Amino acid sequence: MGNFDFGVIVRALPLLWEGMQVTLLLTLFGIVGGIALGIVLAIMRGSRFLPLRLFAGFYVDLLRSLPLVLLIFWFYFLVPIAVGHPVGGFYAAVVGFILFEGAYFCEIIRSGIEGVRRGQVMAGLASGLTQTQCMRLIVLPQAFRAMLPVMLMQSINVFKSTSLVYVIGLRDFLTAADLIGGRDNRLTEMYVLVAVVFFVICWAASQAVNLLQRRIAS
Amino acid sequence: MITLEHVSKWYGSTQVLNDCSTRIEKGEVVVVCGPSGSGKSTLIKCINGLEPFQQGTITVEGISVGDKATSLPKLRARIGMVFQSFELYPHMSVVDNICLAQRHVLKRSAEASRNRALELLERVGLRSHADRLPATLSGGQQQRVAIARALALDPIAMLFDEPTSALDPEMINEVLDVMTELAKEGMTMVVVTHEMGFARRVADRVLFMDEGAIVEDARTASFFEKPASERAVRFLSKILQH
Amino acid sequence: MRYNWNWSVLYTVPYLGWIISGLGWTILVSLVAWVIGLALGSLIGTMRTLPSPTARAIGAIYVELFRNVPLLVQIFLFYFVLPELLPREMGRWLKRDLPHPEFTMAVISLGLYTACRVAEQVRAGIQTAGKGQANAGLATGLTTAQVYRFILLPLAYRLTIPALTNEFLNVFKNSSLALSIGVLELTSRTRAIADYSSQPIEAFTAASVIYASISFLIAFLMRRVEARTRLAGTLATGGR
Repeated sequence: MGNFDFGVIVRALPLLWEGMQVTLLLTLFGIVGGIALGIVLAIMRGSRFLPLRLFAGFYVDLLRSLPLVLLIFWFYFLVPIAVGHPVGGFYAAVVGFILFEGAYFCEIIRSGIEGVRRGQVMAGLASGLTQTQCMRLIVLPQAFRAMLPVMLMQSINVFKSTSLVYVIGLRDFLTAADLIGGRDNRLTEMYVLVAVVFFVICWAASQAVNLLQRRIAS
Repeated sequence: MITLEHVSKWYGSTQVLNDCSTRIEKGEVVVVCGPSGSGKSTLIKCINGLEPFQQGTITVEGISVGDKATSLPKLRARIGMVFQSFELYPHMSVVDNICLAQRHVLKRSAEASRNRALELLERVGLRSHADRLPATLSGGQQQRVAIARALALDPIAMLFDEPTSALDPEMINEVLDVMTELAKEGMTMVVVTHEMGFARRVADRVLFMDEGAIVEDARTASFFEKPASERAVRFLSKILQH
Repeated sequence: MRYNWNWSVLYTVPYLGWIISGLGWTILVSLVAWVIGLALGSLIGTMRTLPSPTARAIGAIYVELFRNVPLLVQIFLFYFVLPELLPREMGRWLKRDLPHPEFTMAVISLGLYTACRVAEQVRAGIQTAGKGQANAGLATGLTTAQVYRFILLPLAYRLTIPALTNEFLNVFKNSSLALSIGVLELTSRTRAIADYSSQPIEAFTAASVIYASISFLIAFLMRRVEARTRLAGTLATGGR
């Protein structure tokens, strides 16, 4: 097993923290942008205009059939071309994340709304509420309660997915650890550290979501 | 007050309502019965426009339900409906359930709505449950709240779609008692139900439906003593065995 | 936006060959990882529903462990760290004598990750099938193992076909991560084409079309399987 050098971790902390900041920033953009796009797509999918419905449906199906890595590459190459000059990997990654996660959040939102019993809408309509009032007062509150745990779990997934920016060399937590490990020949310590950090954060977060889910159910 | 004239409805190529005509006068209590799939629920849902229909006319106090110009929300505010599955809003307390439509459809103030709600809860015997969530109530209690919720808009008529079919036997009576009280007070009611005892005691008329058509339309007494059609005879013999 | 379009790059040699071989590796990685994931996942999912608390604990720990670490990190752990942690001879064998080490490690890692996801689907399926079904079986004298084999697992699979289909599609998408340790699968090959030919749009479109087509095909096939194996009503437990 050899010697496990904890010192290298301590010395690397500043760089690792920088990487973690990038990871957290990517996560934040991915979640906020993804939910925003997801809401837009969900509205489009529920719209009365066939072209909007078709476009949103096609978009969601397409994005859910592609690997995230491919999307990251797409924008890594595409954004500089579109903008006309070289762009750092960060913005390309952000665009890729938002477009990718938007499709997944859209489906979560849709299933939350569709999970509300049809009878609820009928009861609302029967008492003279308009469709919009039913949506606002009856469907959305119930849908939101149902989808909140799922959206939180998806957010944890976004956090894990950010590690993929490794493939374009963007200096996130994993890539920073990888660089240090390669430089100091301490890959084992670094990778184990990354695994442990991710595990602790994700496990704690998912336990919190489970707790929330139980409180909502009661 | 409510008239149906030659109402027919298709789901795709299947005909579910076949030339249904009848009149319901103010203060009448009409029970609609028949085997499963006879179209009873569909018919009652056409009256307040929850289900569209392709042929015929339905009018409520002169307002045509099928007319595109009719404001359905306004119409529905005047007719109360009680559903088989209660459909109380689970994310709101009992009293908030009853206030919702009062505030957003009738635009009553929060205070006026709450007072009316508590009044109605008192009437159905559930005043003490006002601030509880629907899930903590039994089926019978939930349905009584649903009736109060429908009454909160001061409707001119009440539609009941199999109000006791989803209830355990020991809770059926508490709901039927509320409905009987309502009938005594002169409310116009259309009730889809299998509860023949209730029909016999409370209804003025009985509509028997089969395969989408109104097969019989008779005063209660004559329907039960001498049903005119053979299908009604068979239906009654099966139902009354219990 | 200035860009020289050149779609013919996709069928010039050697790029066309790269696409085809990349696709081949993607399919191979996905299938092998899926087999591992399905087998192991069924075992672990079953373990999580057994009466024995030890079995349940092992299953739970496995799932939590593999679920909370990103797949890419898991692949690195397998490829770089595992040989270091094993006794010297095994470690050396892994690093030098194992045939196709990148492929093998990627497949095992992806398989283990997929197993944790399959385990959750299988567990949910067994729990949906319910104690009622299990009790009915036990009441006729079947052993627990027989109840799982003849009643619970078949039911669980049929109930979870949509979710399992989704997992299979995920395996396909996740196979792209094998590129990080040098497996020359589809995404890495098209990236190479993008680099070499300076035609990234064409290259990545090809990859996107291929991934989308595979997903569509699998979803289509699975819908037919689902229609054939659908159980009438919900479950034969009184229609609840």
